[in-house]
Amino acid sequence: MIALLARDLRLAIRAGGGFGLGLAFFLILAVLVPLGVGPDPQVLARIAPGVLWVGALLACLLSLDRIFALDWEDGSLDLLATAPIPMEGVVAIKAAAHWITTGLPLTLAAPVLGVLLNLAPAAQGWLVLSLLLGTPALSVIGTFGAALTVGLRRGGLLLSLLVLPLYVPTLIYGASVVTRGAEGLSTATPLALLAGITLGAAALLPFASAAAIRINLR
Amino acid sequence: MPDLGPYWLEVLASYIVSLVILAGLVALIWRRSARVHRDLSKLEARSRAAPRTGEHGNG
Amino acid sequence: MSLWEYANPKKFMDTTGPLVPWVAGAAAVAMATGLIWGFFLTPDDFRQGSTVRIVFIHVPAAMMAINIWVMMLVTSLVWLIRRHHVSALAAKAAAPIGLAMTVIALITGGLWGQPMWGTWWVWDPRLTSFLVLCLFYIGYIALWQAIEDPDTAADLTAVLCLVGSVFALMSRYAVFFWSQGLHQGASLSVQAGERMAADYRYPLYLCMVAFGLLFVALVLVGTRTEIRARRMKALEARARMTQGLT
Repeated sequence: MIALLARDLRLAIRAGGGFGLGLAFFLILAVLVPLGVGPDPQVLARIAPGVLWVGALLACLLSLDRIFALDWEDGSLDLLATAPIPMEGVVAIKAAAHWITTGLPLTLAAPVLGVLLNLAPAAQGWLVLSLLLGTPALSVIGTFGAALTVGLRRGGLLLSLLVLPLYVPTLIYGASVVTRGAEGLSTATPLALLAGITLGAAALLPFASAAAIRINLR
Repeated sequence: MPDLGPYWLEVLASYIVSLVILAGLVALIWRRSARVHRDLSKLEARSRAAPRTGEHGNG
Repeated sequence: MSLWEYANPKKFMDTTGPLVPWVAGAAAVAMATGLIWGFFLTPDDFRQGSTVRIVFIHVPAAMMAINIWVMMLVTSLVWLIRRHHVSALAAKAAAPIGLAMTVIALITGGLWGQPMWGTWWVWDPRLTSFLVLCLFYIGYIALWQAIEDPDTAADLTAVLCLVGSVFALMSRYAVFFWSQGLHQGASLSVQAGERMAADYRYPLYLCMVAFGLLFVALVLVGTRTEIRARRMKALEARARMTQGLT
């Protein structure tokens, strides 16, 4: 399993897009939003948590269709299906690889963009913490969407349509952690709920994703 | 026609829009049903294959 | 004699064929009576004025939007567990009806909200969860249309329906956490003193029955269409095969 994780990471790094594309998108979004809404620091500070969370979510979405696409095209997915590792394990590894190549860099880059968007300094820690807790859920849910659409030639748009509604709870709790952190309120409740979603999704969704992959390979 | 007072536009619009949507839905489902039914009858008449699977009713 | 007999497509076709005109007729009668009663024969509410009449469309449509999703969840489960094709096709046939109901609930809600709350749309928990439900319906229908192989499509949409139900429920709690809303509570509370006046209650019940009957009629017709379409596909495939052989 570790070999598979290492292989996926290596592929993502060599192909380039993994680290770079999502991060670049995230950065562009953080530049475009002030250009769109104006440079007023108070307005920016007010919308920063939501913008950063939506940005992270969309950046995650960008690389989702590549989770299984390459393996599907060259037939490695069929090999993985007959491998001794259960499909659930394969799917979980794929989600982990996706998180390491997109979720983790986004989390690390977020404070810099927070400064650009004039996010309250008190909220910076909460931003990193909420992204750290929340982005794994984005990867796991996204892997499920990718598993559903793996057999489709033009699945990219459909993938976003399927996955974005599933991101609603994560987005709400994640952004409200940051908003409350910026206002100095207690963040315990949304943080616990966010962690709950991530743990629940990580524990249960690989089974659904594996089922979808098996159906697609039939 | 009842006197709808100042809100006549909203009330009328919601009834009309809803009925149009429902009518559209009914028409769509109806048309597709009729088309599929017709095509299937044609196909069955042409192929004259005995329905082996028993998947189909006579309706 | 058990319910599962109707899972046989032939039996289903034979049973529902004569049933459709009756259900459709009953739906038409109930719908006409309920809406005419609601529109022409109810008094104005002392606070809401004539807009109270929108309730006779809004509430049944919203109720059906949720019930249809639950019905799709149940039929998806039946398909995944017992592999009855009729069940999967019924879920497929129900989805566009559910989407139409959701859209009607949203539009009539906006039209009611404009004079009452002074705005077409607020990011209120109930409204937002309905918008999310609308997105779920669209995604579900899009997935059905995107996949060519019917069994694969049925399997994948069923899995999506199960996962989507869990997430739709979570979204509902999430949006209630996110904002406290303007929307009033359930219109048909069982507690005495909170109920609507009988003037409104009875036409509302009738409209609910009408929307339910309309859904049953449409889903029966839709399922029958899907069964025929599958039969047609099978016949075409067989014709191609015999042509290829000779």
